[in-house]
Order: sequence, then structure tokens, then C-alpha cells
Amino acid sequence: MLSRTADHLFWMARYIERAENVARMLDVNYRMSMVPQADGGIDAGWGATLSITGLEDAFRARHTAATMDAVLEFMVFDTENPSSIMNCLRMARENAHAVRGTITSEMWETTNDTWLKMRDYPRWKLAGSEIGEFFEWVKFRSHLSRGVTLGTMLRDEAFHFIRLGTFLERADATARFIDVKYHMLVDGAAPPDAAADYYQWSALLRSVSAFEVYRKVYRDLITPVKVAELLILNDQMPRSLRTSMAEVFENLQALSNYRSSETERRAGELQASLKFGRIEDVFARGLHEYLTQFIVRVIDLGNRVSEDFLVPMSSN
Amino acid sequence: MTRDTITRDDTIMATPSSIYDEMNSADGTVRSHYAGYQKWLAETPADRIAQKRAEADLVFHRVGITFAVYGEEAGKERLIPFDIVPRIIPAQEWKLLAAGLRQRVKALNMFLHDVYHGQEIIKAGHVPAEQILSNSQYRPEMQGVDVPGGIYAHIAGVDVVRAGAGEFYVLEDNLRVPSGVSYMLEDRRMMMRLFPELFSRYRVAPVEHYPDMLLTNLRAVAPAGVIDPTVAVLTPGAYNSAYFEHAFLAQQMGVELVEGQDLFVRDDHLYMRTTQGPQRVDVIYRRIDDDFLDPLAFRPDSMLGVPGLLEVYRAGGVTLANAIGTGVADDKSIYPYVPDMIRFYLGEEPLLNNVPTFMCRRKDDLAYVLAHLDELVVKETHGAGGYGMLIGPRASRDEIERFRQLIIETPDRYIAQPTLALSACPTFVDAGIAPRHIDLRPFVLSGKDINMVPGGLTRVALREGSLVVNSSQGGGTKDTWILEV
Repeated sequence: MLSRTADHLFWMARYIERAENVARMLDVNYRMSMVPQADGGIDAGWGATLSITGLEDAFRARHTAATMDAVLEFMVFDTENPSSIMNCLRMARENAHAVRGTITSEMWETTNDTWLKMRDYPRWKLAGSEIGEFFEWVKFRSHLSRGVTLGTMLRDEAFHFIRLGTFLERADATARFIDVKYHMLVDGAAPPDAAADYYQWSALLRSVSAFEVYRKVYRDLITPVKVAELLILNDQMPRSLRTSMAEVFENLQALSNYRSSETERRAGELQASLKFGRIEDVFARGLHEYLTQFIVRVIDLGNRVSEDFLVPMSSN
Repeated sequence: MTRDTITRDDTIMATPSSIYDEMNSADGTVRSHYAGYQKWLAETPADRIAQKRAEADLVFHRVGITFAVYGEEAGKERLIPFDIVPRIIPAQEWKLLAAGLRQRVKALNMFLHDVYHGQEIIKAGHVPAEQILSNSQYRPEMQGVDVPGGIYAHIAGVDVVRAGAGEFYVLEDNLRVPSGVSYMLEDRRMMMRLFPELFSRYRVAPVEHYPDMLLTNLRAVAPAGVIDPTVAVLTPGAYNSAYFEHAFLAQQMGVELVEGQDLFVRDDHLYMRTTQGPQRVDVIYRRIDDDFLDPLAFRPDSMLGVPGLLEVYRAGGVTLANAIGTGVADDKSIYPYVPDMIRFYLGEEPLLNNVPTFMCRRKDDLAYVLAHLDELVVKETHGAGGYGMLIGPRASRDEIERFRQLIIETPDRYIAQPTLALSACPTFVDAGIAPRHIDLRPFVLSGKDINMVPGGLTRVALREGSLVVNSSQGGGTKDTWILEV
């Protein structure tokens, strides 16, 4: 397969997954903002949303305060923001368009249709109570994309590049997600009262579709350590770091070429550390530090995938 | 008035008697090769036809058989209108056409070889040297370069029109990157899907094997010594107006669709960058103009080409189809010499007619053209796609005066031809079925032999009286049936 084709497939999948994760992140903030908080708590939440994506500077250049309206405008519609949902869905469509002959017509039509609907999405719907509906819509378009991929694609190289993109992106997003939210919840300045605490944690779980999952797995009260364990180490939770890395490793092995052995080794090493890791050790080391390390390793894997498979290889 | 409230008879409008009608002869009877179709049309309920036409539109849209139009909003894609009345050509007429096309393309390839080698045709005085050597399409880089089999125009899309019974004229020899073959194939697929019963009434020669024939042809012209050649289609990218066709042909042939950035040159060979490492490419079916092929040799600002490609090509490390420099043979200023080429290289009389052509660079011709602008069709010698063209009899006084100035300023850039009475074929229009002018672009493949599938792309000028069939100018297409008996 052409490297360029693989590159388009990989990024098509990443952008779809990214759009979903941005929607999830905004959704959880929106949910949390409905819970009583100390003064400034709400805006602090929207600010943290920006720090997850590393876009604070770009935001500050265009807006003065991280209010809900400003952050939503920036993260949903702003075409100057490369990570806005609008841009993610546009880039997903552009990448799909370039490889129309490689993906199935169902995949092309789904991605194209998502973009066309996003482009024409009525903005007033985000100003009112229908905002939750919009986040749902983005999530469901992403579900549809994955479903169409699984349901129609030949299990060939193209399929594996798409899956690799999806799970590398998800690993990165889930890690950032836990990091920022956990930091806010545990080290937050405001003294937590029990009820608020409960709503905050449940909102975090819901944002990664893990609320019912938590109940099923632990049949217990919601505690910070268990939440972290579920989202990091659980091998049955579809958005956990462990599941994401297992998929990354598996797809990388299927794609293996003459120069990718070191990349496979690193992915395997990271996957093994999740498989055999214990949450006590994670906390003993410090959750924030652990997640920061994890994100660095995921970025490294992304770069290595580019070098091994995707970017022009004329010099070898 | 909707289509299903009117009876068929009063909707078929007659063709003026001066124009050859493909279906109806001048005395009002239906030509024998259309009799079966006419009968079917009379039997088929109007609402069923209307429903099928709507279905055709829907399918073409969904599958995305569209083309981008230059000058319109970026990325906007339009559907080329498809007409369900087929253009039917009897076996005998096709035989004549096919023989004429083979003859013509063979001579054109010999001409190209000659131009880039001994230039015997210039020495013999048939074509003036400056017409070739100072032509912007002449590529001095190709002088003395040997290409596999001496074939330059591997794929030719020759535009042919009919003026009368058995009377065909060649309008243009497209020898650079002729397009449209995907529509020929998709139109057939659509016709068979919509009206399978028609294909049991008629023995229509198949065209579906064109991609196989093309692949065989491309593999046959691989560099010497390559056993199992790798072929790729080179496209300018997803924003090109013919991108659909590039992707379609690559997919149908089962070869990679590459862009310039996917290719690189190393050690006298061309490689594509794949996920499994560099892979050698032996034959490139390129859909990019000469100027953009190699920024080191041609336009330095081209992002579409491959640096160093020309050198590899000249050294025989890769075959380009079509070859570099074929434009010198299909240029409108060279067109008038084609009949002489056929006589010179083949010692035969041309089987297909050339349209008489006035070359404005000649004093006498120029005077005649300026005095008869309202009767003539004026074309730019390097123009394509129906842009930069004047149709005298239909032009306004302003347009004629504008062209007069243009011709006086740069006479070299223009030729003029009498307006031909293009044949017309019944076509569905808003008011029912009416005759519309058509042309035909058969695709002639040259490799080890000269091959073509029986058929071509029939384009139809949908506006009443219009002679311009180009898709960019509101033209549509029809399925083309060559009958086997």
C-alpha cells in the first residue's frame, strides 16, 4: 500500500476519534457545570478543558475569559482551531476523500455525510438546552463510522491502519482526560462536599460511557482509586488505556514491516506494563506523573508509526 | 406539461432536413438499426421511462460519478447529464470507422517518432519545419530518445463527427491525456441496469473489457527486460476535474493511483513509497500534462510531478504513457497535415475525412477568415475543452468583433473551419424527445498492436441547436452501441 494512502487512513480515523473525544470532554464539563460549585469553579472547569488539548495560548489569543460560550465556540465551530469539532470532521472527510478507492463506499458516504451535516449544523442549537443533543450526535456519528468500518472493511492493511489511528488517538485522549479531571477533583481548591463529589465523579465516568460499567465491575461506591483503575487498567473497559494499547499493539503487529520492530517492541512494552500493572503502584508513583509518562510514550509511538510507515521513505 | 401526460408521437420533434438524424431518415421512416429501439420506446409506458431517468440521476450522484468544473466554487462537483436514448452505430459503419482510426493513430505515432528522430517529413517538404520546431508542444528534450515500440500516443481519444451517411470527420486527435472513458463504461453499466430487456433485443458489442485491454497495453510497453512490470496511474490529485476517472481506472485495473509525492527517483529507476518500503514502478499511465511532470525539467513550480523523472525516462528506466511531447501531433495547427502524414508514412489514402481548415498564420487564409467570421468556427490552436472558441453562425456581433481583434493580434494562435452539419440523435429534453447534436470519442490503444473496444463516448449538446458537446459547456453523454450484426 502507498504510504500516502496509509497516512490518509490513519488520520481519517484519528480525526473522527478526536472529534468524539472533544465532544465527550465538553459534555462532561457541561454536566459538571450544572452541579453547585464554589465561586469560579465553573470557569475553572472550562479552562481545564483547554489545558487538556494544549490550546490555552491559541484560545487566549482570541478570547479574554474561558466562559462556557467562548470555549464552546472555540472548541466546536472555530475553523482556526485545528482541534475544533468542525475541523476534525472536515479533516476526516478530506482524508477519506483522498482514499475513496481504498475505503468502502459506505465508509465514504458516512464520513462525507457527517461533514455535510456538521457544516450546516444550526448554531443556535448550541446556545440552548439542546447542546447535549449535539454532543450525542457527534458521538453517534463516531460510533457509526467505527461500525461501518467493522461491518464493511476487508481485514487488510487499510483496516489495520484505520484501527491503529483510532486507538492511538483514544489512548492519548483518555489519558489526558483522567489527568486533568482527576487533578481538579482531588487537588481542587474547593472543599468537596459529599454530594458534589459524587456528581463530579459520576459525570467523569459518564463522559467515557463508564458509569454503568463501574457499577457492574465494582458493585461499590464510587471512589477515586477505583475510577482510575477502571479507566487505566481494566481490560474489558473499551475506552481504558489498557484496551486501547492492546488494540494498538495488535494492529501494529499485523502491519509489521522491515523497519518497524523497535516500534512494535515499545508498543508491546507499554501494553505489558498496563497488563501487569497495579493501581497501588500507579498511585505510589503519582498518578499525574504516571499519566504524563504514558502520554509521552503514546506520542512517541505516533511519531514512530509515521516514520516507519507513513512519511516519504526515499532515504533508505 | 409532465412527461407522462403526453403521447409519444407528438413529443419526437423532427430534425431539420439539412442535418443527418441518427434515428430517423429524411423521408420520416426509422432507420433499420433503430427500429427495435423505436418499437421498445413505443411499448414502454412513459412513467416507467421517467422513473428510470430519475433512478439514473440518483445512482450517478450516490456513486459520485461527477466532475469538478474550473472556475466554479472550489470543490464543487457536478453530474454530467446522462441521456437514456442510445447512440446506435451499425456494424458496417463501425468497421469503416475502426479501420480509419487505426490508420490515423498509426500514422500519428509514426509522425511523432519521425519528429523526434530523423524528421523525414520535414525534409520531404510536407510539413514546414517551423510548424513543428517552434510549436510550444514540441519537446526538444525528446529528440533522439527511443521509447518502447516506438509508441508515443498509447491512448488516443479521437473526436469524430458524422455529417452524412458513411461520412465521418475527425475533429481532433487527442493524444495527450484524453479523458472520458470512465463515462463510456459507466453509461453502459447504467443502461444495462436500467433497461436489461433492450440488451436481449440487440446484440450490442461489449466494452466492459476496456480496463483489461488498457492494462495489457500498458504492460506491453514496459522498459525492455522487465518481466512482470508494475503499472501505476499518476493523478494530479483529488481536486482535478477528472479525478473520478483516474481513481476509477486505477481501481478497475487493480493498480495503484499515485500522486507525484508518492514517487521518487533513485539510481535510474522510479519508485513509489509504500508501507513495505520503496517499490519499483515500470509503467506510468500519467494523467498530468507534460509541463508538470518534472520540476527539474519543466515548470519548476510544479508540485504535481517527480523531480528527475525526465532523466530516468530518457534513459529508458520507466515508460510514460502517453510519451512526453505528443502534443506536437494533436495541436490544431498540425491537424491540417494529418492526411498528408497518412499518405507519407503509410502510402494509403485517409479513410476518415479531415475538416477543411484555414490557418490564420497564412496571409490568404487570414483574409478569408476575417471576411467570413459569421460562417466559420474559430478555435485556438492550443485550446481545449470548448474554451476559447467562436461559432460564427451562432455568435453575437460583439463576440465576433472580440474574436476579430484577438485574431488580428495573434493570428498564429487561431485556425478556422467551416461549420459542419453535425448529426443529431433523439434525446430526452424538457419538452419530450428532440434531436440534439452529438459527437463520438473512441479510445484507440497502441502498444504491441492497435486495439480498441467497439464503441466510445458519445457526447451530446443538450441545448437546442448547440454544437458544443463538452461537459464543461453543458454537454451530456449517451451510451454508444456498436451492433455486432
